[in-house]
Amino acid sequence: MVLIDRYVRPKSLEEAYELLTSVKGARIIGGFTFMRLGTVNIPLLIDLQDLGLDFIREGEDFIEIGATVKLGDVERSEVIQKHFDGFLSKTVKYIWSVQLRNIATVGGTVFARFGFSDFITSLLVLNTKVKLYRNGEMLLEDFLESRVSRDILVSLKIEKEERKAKFRFMRNSFYDFSILNVAVSAKVENGRLGGFRIAIGARPGIAKLAKKAMEYLEKNGLSPETISKASDLSAEEMEFGTDIRGDAEYRKMICPVLVRRALNDILSESSGGNRS
Amino acid sequence: MKMGLKINGEFKEFDVDPSTTLLDLLREAGYMSVRRACDTGTCGVCTVLMDGKPVLSCAILALSADGHEITTVEGLKDDEDFQRLLDLFLSEGVDQCGYCNPGFLITAYAMKRELKNPTDEEIKMYLVGNLCRCSGYVGQMRALKKYLGVEE
Amino acid sequence: MQWIRGTDESFEKILRGGRMREVGRSIKKIDGYGIATGSPAYTDDLMRDALIVKVLRSPHAFARIKDIRIDEALKLEGVECILTYKDFPRVRITRAGQGYPEPSPYDKYALDEYVRYVGDEVAVVAAKDEKTALKALELIEVDYEILEPVLDFEKSEGHPSIIHPEGADGAYDPSRNLAAHFEMKVGDVEGVLKECDVVVKERFYTQAQAHVMMEPHTAGAYIDYQGRLVVISSTQVPFHVRRILARILEKPIREIRVIKPRIGGGFGGKQAIHGEPYVAMVTLKTGKPSKIVYTRKEVFESTYTRHPMRIDITLGATKDGKLRAIDMEVLSDTGAYGEHALTVLMVSGSKALPLYNKVDALRFSGKVVYTNHPPAGAYRGYGAVQGNFALESAMDILAEKLRMDPIELRKMNMIREGETSPVFKIMGEGREGTEMFIKSCKLEECLNRGKEIVNWDEKRKNKKKYRGVGVAIAMQGSGIAKIDMASATLKLNDDGSFNLIMGATDLGTGSDTILSQIAAEVLGVPVEKIVPYSSDTDLTPFDTGAYASSTTYVSGNAVKRAAEKMKELIKLEGARKLGVDPEEVEFDGERIYTKDGKSIKLDELATLLYYTENQKQLCATESFVGDESPPPYMAGFAEVEVDVETGKVDLIRYVAVVDCGVPINPNLARVQMEGGLVQGIGMTLFEDVRYSKDGKLLTNNLMNYKIPSRMDINEIIVEFVDSYEPTGPFGAKSVAEVGIDTPPAAIANAIYDAIGVRFTKLPIKPDDVLKAIKSKG
Repeated sequence: MVLIDRYVRPKSLEEAYELLTSVKGARIIGGFTFMRLGTVNIPLLIDLQDLGLDFIREGEDFIEIGATVKLGDVERSEVIQKHFDGFLSKTVKYIWSVQLRNIATVGGTVFARFGFSDFITSLLVLNTKVKLYRNGEMLLEDFLESRVSRDILVSLKIEKEERKAKFRFMRNSFYDFSILNVAVSAKVENGRLGGFRIAIGARPGIAKLAKKAMEYLEKNGLSPETISKASDLSAEEMEFGTDIRGDAEYRKMICPVLVRRALNDILSESSGGNRS
Repeated sequence: MKMGLKINGEFKEFDVDPSTTLLDLLREAGYMSVRRACDTGTCGVCTVLMDGKPVLSCAILALSADGHEITTVEGLKDDEDFQRLLDLFLSEGVDQCGYCNPGFLITAYAMKRELKNPTDEEIKMYLVGNLCRCSGYVGQMRALKKYLGVEE
Repeated sequence: MQWIRGTDESFEKILRGGRMREVGRSIKKIDGYGIATGSPAYTDDLMRDALIVKVLRSPHAFARIKDIRIDEALKLEGVECILTYKDFPRVRITRAGQGYPEPSPYDKYALDEYVRYVGDEVAVVAAKDEKTALKALELIEVDYEILEPVLDFEKSEGHPSIIHPEGADGAYDPSRNLAAHFEMKVGDVEGVLKECDVVVKERFYTQAQAHVMMEPHTAGAYIDYQGRLVVISSTQVPFHVRRILARILEKPIREIRVIKPRIGGGFGGKQAIHGEPYVAMVTLKTGKPSKIVYTRKEVFESTYTRHPMRIDITLGATKDGKLRAIDMEVLSDTGAYGEHALTVLMVSGSKALPLYNKVDALRFSGKVVYTNHPPAGAYRGYGAVQGNFALESAMDILAEKLRMDPIELRKMNMIREGETSPVFKIMGEGREGTEMFIKSCKLEECLNRGKEIVNWDEKRKNKKKYRGVGVAIAMQGSGIAKIDMASATLKLNDDGSFNLIMGATDLGTGSDTILSQIAAEVLGVPVEKIVPYSSDTDLTPFDTGAYASSTTYVSGNAVKRAAEKMKELIKLEGARKLGVDPEEVEFDGERIYTKDGKSIKLDELATLLYYTENQKQLCATESFVGDESPPPYMAGFAEVEVDVETGKVDLIRYVAVVDCGVPINPNLARVQMEGGLVQGIGMTLFEDVRYSKDGKLLTNNLMNYKIPSRMDINEIIVEFVDSYEPTGPFGAKSVAEVGIDTPPAAIANAIYDAIGVRFTKLPIKPDDVLKAIKSKG
């Protein structure tokens, strides 16, 4: 059970931040999902829904998604569907249920940095920045490794570019968290693929970039042989753990399989030019 | 804390403890179609429409719903399209224990409004968050396809 | 309705010849509309104003309460009452909902000084709201003496830690942690095995599957205006609940009334007493209504699971394919308490072994041990699914060794109509059984039809890579012969309608509906003229409750008899009114008439009988106990594709061809089958059970315990074959449980066909499959 003493809807980010830092144990919700599990006493709950952060804007250089946008809105957004072949919209569809996606917010999902998050793994293979109220803008991968806690996520900024991205996951029951999830992407420049990004999440740890595998592809291009090698590399450089869904050994066994399949998805889709 | 919201078209005011979920509020107010089953936002039995979209009422604080519009199955009883869905559903015999029915029906109703000509897979994905232990799902699918006007 | 297959026999004639009006119609369930649109119908809906009861539960798998202090908790404003073991009479019961005397040990106090599993009851709090009750739980102080728990059922027998040190009436040998024991044999197994050309020996494990009915266990109590205790409970067994409550509260049965309203599923998980004693005692002490609503965590941890089992099967055959001997040895884990221990053990044999009734020798031996796991209890299939997994997997292993097609091997050895098996007489439920000659068994037709649908020959001959098909046959029962009794009362109203009052328990299965159809058929009236009311111990006559697939067969026969009696009474009174002898009248549902044109309408007669002449209330009550328990039979076929890089098993299609006798309501029978199949598929591929090393259940919510979701289920095809059971109402047997029995073996057999790896432990998960593939090379 969750016991809440006070509930407030601030009218400005400033007010929200003041409230957040005013009381120990104060928490922000964009929706109210995983916070319910377990017995928790929350002295002050801050609801950001009146802050006007429920926008998805397309600028010249980047797409900006406000923190209180629901995952369901990401799924349905025409702007999101237009970019990266609808990659983010397609990935979000796999997350839990329609009902949950109409409650869980982008801000809540990213700030919580849950290991199982399919959304974070997908964002990581795009050039994504988080915009925080106090700590300013930083790369998503830096945010994931940071210990930032008393702050407010205001929006995500995703660089607009010609990028192909694919997502793969392993689950037993479909309606479950992923035992392992993988996202890959490649930038298309002058008909060639480069700027490879490979992210592996639900390890069960939070998504991480497989840098060695990415460097290898950068040097050697994308072909069935390099895909096989890169997949193996990605598994070697990752740390895997055991939780209720799977053990480290199994995760390590399927990692190269998922990476290979995702990279093959990109290879089979791209026409011509795949060597650097 | 005082709050107000529209339930099935009627504006209602409440005074709630901040810990109260929308599920608790609705049941207290007498909407028995909204039920509790899993305590972890997994089963979909508590689904209602908030501003027309299906949500888990157990995963929303009552105070978060302040100022919004809620629809429960009680509010759809006179809707012709909902009547049609209900009739097809009951005719299939898949209502069984009935506990998951309102959540399922209201999500299916919303699905018809959101998806145009969905494939079988899309139908299943949309409703994946509505678990059922009695019927085995396939009979519900038979009813749904008739509802959506998809040829067998 | 292509899925009801007919030939020229009775079924076809009955259903399609147009002779039946109501039986065989797929009418909507009578309660469907109300429930789907939110009519207050479930226990929690009906107990709006009540004290909230919460239970303090043990954090330890095995401990003794040295001291328990409730003063701080009592001081909390809003707390009305706190119960500890000192507040209950020192009376032991079995919580199992079974006929009296129950074949389960009397090993449970309502609250005890010993706690025997993580989640066991320690104390009970009643408060004005949930928040207060939960806060009070935190203020109760308990000093535990922690004892060494027994968490491995294979090491439980003879373990130094004795789970019921005070002993238990009805337990086989509690000093050795043995809750139950049974063995039987026919012929000389060892001797016959020596004569066999091929012997197969294999060990299988099944898990403690959770029911996951959508409505958590809920019970409420209040004192009515006559000062009687009324309990409203989401239960499958209202009459057993009444009797057990009377015992545990030391009150006469007549002072207790138990009502079952609509309930949100059970599957056996509500075939016992759960929160009822606590709300009853709280209400008796405070005089106020009280209710307990289990959280989902409590349903997982503190109600029941399926009995996990280890089963050793030995099969011996001669090279012509004749099965000559079966030896089955079972070890079953009943957890902390022994509800249903002996009976589930026996059913694992009694509803598997008779499938192959032509053997020369047969042996069954089994033990049920106590452990400090959550208690195991009744669960759809009731041992049959565990036994079937072992036997039907072993049959496939045998078929391969004999180089025979698995279907041909089964056809050669399986039971047929007119035959019997010695197991029927030897193994009943908890005691000796009843001899039975099978009057309806269409296994051959089921296998042939299933083969056809799945394209068996083609798929086995021209094998696609990593794809496979597998088969399993199964049987169940229809009620417990000579034990399960049902009764029904029909009462004529002045408008020519009838109240059908019965004990039979509808858990959402639709029994109110189909029993009304049976009554309507006999009386010749449209089903709308039957008004059912069920499961109220004050107002309805007795019924054992919804279990053992008894409702259609046992309760249905009782309803049929009551309706036949009512028909006679109507004819008698009609004849009297018309001034003729009773033999000269007919009744067609609307009128009572003579051949020469005299007639009176039923509603006219009924009105006269209420108010004007010869006044009397026409009322017919009849009971039924089965002399036998005719098994439904079925063949299940699974088609799988295995992703050998990830281990994921894709169940492409499951086909079930079923002989349930005549389906009274084909739609409802079909949905029962589909639901049972998916539950069996869940047990096979998805529903993993995990404990911490201290015995705490880790898979205790729906995030971690995965029942099949919509996306996990592809094609399910269910067909019924033409069959007619002469002892059943209008030819019906049962269909409630048999659906769950075949998926484990059929799927395991299909996986073997696909990748040549045999899985003998449930559930079969991707990581198990991948690791097995890798080690096989």
